[in-house]
Amino acid sequence: MKAVIRHIKPGDWLTMCIGCIVVVTLALEFWNGGLADSVVIKSRGKLFREVSLSHNQRIEVPGSMGISLVAIENRRVRIASDPGPRQYCVRQGWLKQAGEIALCLPNQVSVELVGSHRRYDSLSY
Amino acid sequence: MEERGVSNSISDSRSAILLHTTAEDHRIARMAAVALGLAIIEGAIPSPLPGVKPGLANIVTLIVLSRYGWRVAAWVSLLRVLAGSLLFGNFLAPGFFLSLSGTLLSLFALGMAMHLPGRWFGPVSQSIIAAFAHIAGQMIVVYLWLIPQAGIAYLIPVFAAAALVFGTVNGAIAASFLGNETGACNDVAGLKV
Repeated sequence: MKAVIRHIKPGDWLTMCIGCIVVVTLALEFWNGGLADSVVIKSRGKLFREVSLSHNQRIEVPGSMGISLVAIENRRVRIASDPGPRQYCVRQGWLKQAGEIALCLPNQVSVELVGSHRRYDSLSY
Repeated sequence: MEERGVSNSISDSRSAILLHTTAEDHRIARMAAVALGLAIIEGAIPSPLPGVKPGLANIVTLIVLSRYGWRVAAWVSLLRVLAGSLLFGNFLAPGFFLSLSGTLLSLFALGMAMHLPGRWFGPVSQSIIAAFAHIAGQMIVVYLWLIPQAGIAYLIPVFAAAALVFGTVNGAIAASFLGNETGACNDVAGLKV
């Protein structure tokens, strides 16, 4: 190992550091969904409301089983309660970044955070 | 290479075509064969993500670049891509164009990087720069031709991280080979070249 490091020149360490910076920059660029501006709430496949994240509020969304409660607080959103049996969407907790989605399948309610520009994914291109 | 010509030898009773080859041709063929061997060994290593490979054959390219210059290195790596695609059976398939574009761009980058001051920058720098150029070349083909939508962008940081790690490792291996041969010794890992 020492023998290998001996052959690495000072500029090579610089190149490695620049490489690390490039990787981190790319990761921030491509993995950060960006800040979300608003939340799209859908019920039974139809758009229910698109709400800005700037006001804290609670929204009652009627689904096929009952009412799902969507809570917006400090530019975050979560499903506060849901009539579904397994409560996956409630346990998902707060969503912050654009592109994050919580689905309450039994009640057919979904919330999706969207940013200023929409990103595509393999499900919705 | 320039004086290579084709001549029919009439004296031979068999109709043979003689290729006049130079010592440089032999060297290129030998190094390309070593690179090809490394590429095949590497093909046996399972990868968690298609496209993430160590690129061991580039160690040969780096050594050739430092010893014989850019032109020989270009011959060796392009021959490796061509012969490798014939061996792996993906000649003119998408995988072939991916490695061709990656190799072309990394050769271009190596042509630039080899002019960095040698006192400060060694094969490790060249290797890292070439590895980044390689994924850049592949991403260009992926975007323009294979998957013209943004889904693959999610994987770019992974590819870049792999390029950094494997570029550094390959460069360090090449550097220690080159560093150990200071002297009359002209023997790389038992390969007389």
